[in-house]
Formats: sequence, C-alpha cells, structure tokens
Amino acid sequence: MIRKFLDNIEPHFHKGGKWEKFYALYEAVDTGLYKDPGVTKSSSHVRDGVDLKRIMITVWACTFPAMFFGMWLVGHNAGVAYEGGATIPSDWHGYFITMMFGDTPALGSIFNNVVYGAIYFAPVYAVTFIVGGFWEVLFAAVRGHEVNEGFFVSSVLFALICPPTIPLWQVALGISFGIVIGKEVFGGTGKNFLNPALTGRAFLFFAYPAQISGDTVWTAVDGFSGATPLSVVVNDGYNAINNTIGTVANSNVVEWFDAFAGFVQGSMGETSTIAILLGGAVILIMGIASWRIVAGVLIGSFLTVALFNSLAEPDSVNQMLALPWTWHIVLGGFAFGTIFMATDPISASMTNKGKYAFGILIGVMVILIRVANPAYPEGMMLAILFANIFAPLIDHFVVQSNIKRRLARG
Amino acid sequence: MVDYISLFIKAVFIENMALAFFLGMCTFIALSKKIDAAIGLGIAVIVVQAVTVPLNNLLYTYILSEGALSWAGEDLADVDLSFLGYLAYIGVIAACVQIMEMVLDKYMPALYNALGVFLPLITVNCAILGASLFMVERDYTFGESVVYGIGAGVGWALAIACLAGVREKLKYSDVPKGLQGLGITFVSVGLMSLGFMSFSGISL
Repeated sequence: MIRKFLDNIEPHFHKGGKWEKFYALYEAVDTGLYKDPGVTKSSSHVRDGVDLKRIMITVWACTFPAMFFGMWLVGHNAGVAYEGGATIPSDWHGYFITMMFGDTPALGSIFNNVVYGAIYFAPVYAVTFIVGGFWEVLFAAVRGHEVNEGFFVSSVLFALICPPTIPLWQVALGISFGIVIGKEVFGGTGKNFLNPALTGRAFLFFAYPAQISGDTVWTAVDGFSGATPLSVVVNDGYNAINNTIGTVANSNVVEWFDAFAGFVQGSMGETSTIAILLGGAVILIMGIASWRIVAGVLIGSFLTVALFNSLAEPDSVNQMLALPWTWHIVLGGFAFGTIFMATDPISASMTNKGKYAFGILIGVMVILIRVANPAYPEGMMLAILFANIFAPLIDHFVVQSNIKRRLARG
Repeated sequence: MVDYISLFIKAVFIENMALAFFLGMCTFIALSKKIDAAIGLGIAVIVVQAVTVPLNNLLYTYILSEGALSWAGEDLADVDLSFLGYLAYIGVIAACVQIMEMVLDKYMPALYNALGVFLPLITVNCAILGASLFMVERDYTFGESVVYGIGAGVGWALAIACLAGVREKLKYSDVPKGLQGLGITFVSVGLMSLGFMSFSGISL
C-alpha cells in the first residue's frame, strides 16, 4: 500500500513536477523503506541486499546499547550526586526534572535513571538530528544528491560524544560545522576525508573548552563536580584511582571492572566498554567495521604504553606515564573511538595493509597525546582526526608497493 | 642527545611550518596536486633547510650579530651588522636553491620538470626564510640549528605529502562549483591543521 502511494506521488518529484525541489526527500523515504530499484544487471558485480543505507542503519542500531547505557548512567551519576547534596539544575532541564521527579529527586530504579538521562540526551540528539538533517536535506536538494543514512550515523555518534550538560546551541553549532565543513562541502557521504562527527566535536572542543571539558560538565546536576578518571590520573596520579595499591581514601577510586562496565564520569555514550563491545561485535562480525583497524589500534597503543611504562618512575612529574594498558583501553573514549570512529570506512585507509598502519598510528597517537600532552587528558578524538589526515597517504604507499611487487614478479 | 630529539619532534610536529604557522603556503597549495611531485618538493625543501639554516647560523654568529666580528680585530669588535640579516639569509638561500636546481636538472630531469617554476620559487618560500629567522630569534647553537633545519624541512615535507594524499582523494569528490580548486584546498588545509592541533600544548 505504501509502495502504491509512493509510486503514485513519484512523478511529482521528477524534473518538471511540482515538487521537483523535494526529490531528495522523496528518494530518502522511498529507498529507506524499499530496496533501491537500480540494480546492477551486468556480471562481475557483487550482488547483495546490503547497500550503503542498510550498512549505515546497522551501525546506527549498534550504537543503541551504548546510548541506553549512557542515558542510564546520566541518571545514575545524578542520583549519586543528589545523595551527596547536589541541587537540581536551575536551567530548563531542572523544570522537567521537577515535573518528573519532584523537588527532591529520588532516583534509583533503572527506569527513573533512564528517564532522567533522557531529559539530557534526547534534546541533544534531537537538536543534532534536526539541525544536521536540515543541512543534509538542504545540500541534497540544492546539489541534487541523495540524502542517506550516513547522516543517521554521524548524528548519533556526535550526540554520544557530547557531555550531558552541553548547551544546545553549541550542539547545533558543532553538528553544523561537522556536517557542512566536514562533509557537505566535499560533496556528501563518501567524499569527505575527516570523520564528520569528530570534526564537529573537535571544533567545539577548541572553540568552547569550558562547556565540553573540565570537571563539572559530566554530571547533570548543580553543585557537583566529578572528574573523569583520566583527568584524575593526570592531576593526582594513578594511585588515586587504583584502590588495590592506593592508600588515599577518596571518592575517585574506581575498580577496573567499573571502568570497563562504564560506571565513571564521561561523555554520554563513551563510558561503557561493555555496551560498546555489544554493538561493536555486530558491526565487526558483519565486516562493516574493519577488525584490522581495531587490531592496529590495540597493537599501537599496547606498544606505546609499554614504552611509556618503562620510562615511568615512582616520582615522575608526569603521572600518566605509569597508567597500565589495561586501564588505558577502558578509560575515556578509547573503546568508542576504536569501534565506531576509527573504523569509519570513509575516512579510514582503504587497503588492508593500510588499515593496520592506520590503526597503529591511532593507537600510538592516542597514548602519546594522553601521556605527553598535559593540555589534553583525552586523546582519542584528536588521534583519529590526525590519522584521518594520513589515511590517503598510507593508501598511496600501499598501492605503490603492490604495483612495484607485481612489476618485479613480471 | 635527548634535547636534540625533542627539538626535532618539536620542529616536525608541534611547530609544523605549514600546519601550525601556515608558512610556505604558496608552494604548499600549488604543488600538492600529485603525491610524487609533492614528495619531490618535500625532499628538496628538507635539503635546502638542512643546508641553509646551519649556514645562516654560522653567518649570524660570526659576522652579523653584535660583536661577532671581534675575531677580525679590535676595531670591528663593536660592529653590529644584524640589520643586514634578511638580505644575507635570502642570499644564502638563493645560492643554495640555485645549486640544487642545477643538480636536479642534471641528475633528476623528471622531477626538475615536474617542479617547474616552483623550484626557483623555493628561494622566496617563507617557510625557509622563516626557519632561519626562528633560528636567530631563539639563539640556537650550531648543532641545534642543524637539527632544527632538518626538522622544519621534514615537518613541511610531511604536511605537503599529506595534503597531496588528501587532494588525490578529493579528486573523486563532488565539490560545489564555487569551492572547486583553491577553495576546497584551503578548507582541507584548515581541517588538517585541526588534526595537528593535537600537538599544541605539548612542551618538550
């Protein structure tokens, strides 16, 4: 029935029809619901029901575990903070919180936590989606290319790497920069060379550092500040989070498993390595995300951490030196970046050997930035952007060496 | 030794001539269409930097700076020739590039033709003069200036090779008409320097 309706209205969208300008929208709905009628007829072509749209929607769905965990965590962290005497935020978030939970929010149940988190996450995602979608459709309509689900992925990834308390106008600004400058000026999905979500996030990071990093942005209440484990390590040393050898009694102690499961401060979707792996396993097994890149990141980071650990002395000024690899990979955006950002098939290297090199470069850079750069406790975002720049060059050398080898073989 | 390594890293990444200081943009943009030519030019810049920065360093310490001429006799001990700096450095650079051009013409004609008019234009490449001026401003010793010259050259070469890679990839992009060519290249360079921001703040 929907098919019939779509077929009926189709002529209006073709050239000369009255809604010609909106063809991009029609096309998006049509191929979103049904298979694209344009099928390759000749031989020597892989026939598969999975096209770009289905791939992108799969990735989008695979972020759901991280997304729901993130919402729950926002509520959970807020609940803990309220018990410690924090107050309801005085902005519009507070209005909704009072409406849902009364003047003294007693969170605790899983459902309450998720609802509380949704008060923060849903607006961010909605703004990302609407503003980003506006640019996407605008460019599609003016330039005559298709709207596709690549944008679904960019928008959800962008929303998940924002801290919960980020002002919405910054969300709008960030996603606009990411979509327009990071992607659309190059011609849309598949033609950019940087990851659009990360481009937008990096733009915000450098333009408005106060709202996107620091100790007070991670928990959605007033009068509470909780640092991310990484910045705790930078400031107070590895012993401050490690309760097995730490002697200082403080609230910053984190079990390794808690960090792995995600009960720590951080951006909305990045904290839980388990939830990310849950979704990540699907895209890795389906081959959408390249396991070579993931392996490369793990190898690169492992080697770099080993190097830095060997340089660490008990009284080193730089406390990050001593942080073991097992901690590095569960803290901050490491898991999220490795699974969802680094494996972006558009901005990563294309060749198989290049993918290892690309991954290793990310692994080395992320540890280097975390450890050697006191300005940024977190390095995943910048490491991936940095490797994105090198990806085409890596590919070039891989292709050249292949050509050389074949010529030598005769 | 550690000082030299950190100076080298600093020159290549943290203070990248092209992507942190935006020096040498004219050649950077003009010759980054093909990876091979870009790498060729990059190597040329490395060589020129590695030769000119130490040479200028010697020139500065023994001739131009205040009191540098004291080796030539008591009368010249308080002569300060540093106002001749720019002229002298450019002279050294021009001579180096000229020699290099002849060498390339003789031994690597393909690269010589690919670089075309931009090879002599290295003479007025601000990245190269910039490296010499930074060297003077920061009072590098001779050893440091060798490392810094090579590092600055390597950093610039790396940046232009990356940009060439990106631009070869962008050939398949569908860039809006008004932005085609130079416009999109500038946007790309801007985005690349966003990636290189990861180094800002590292103090070695």
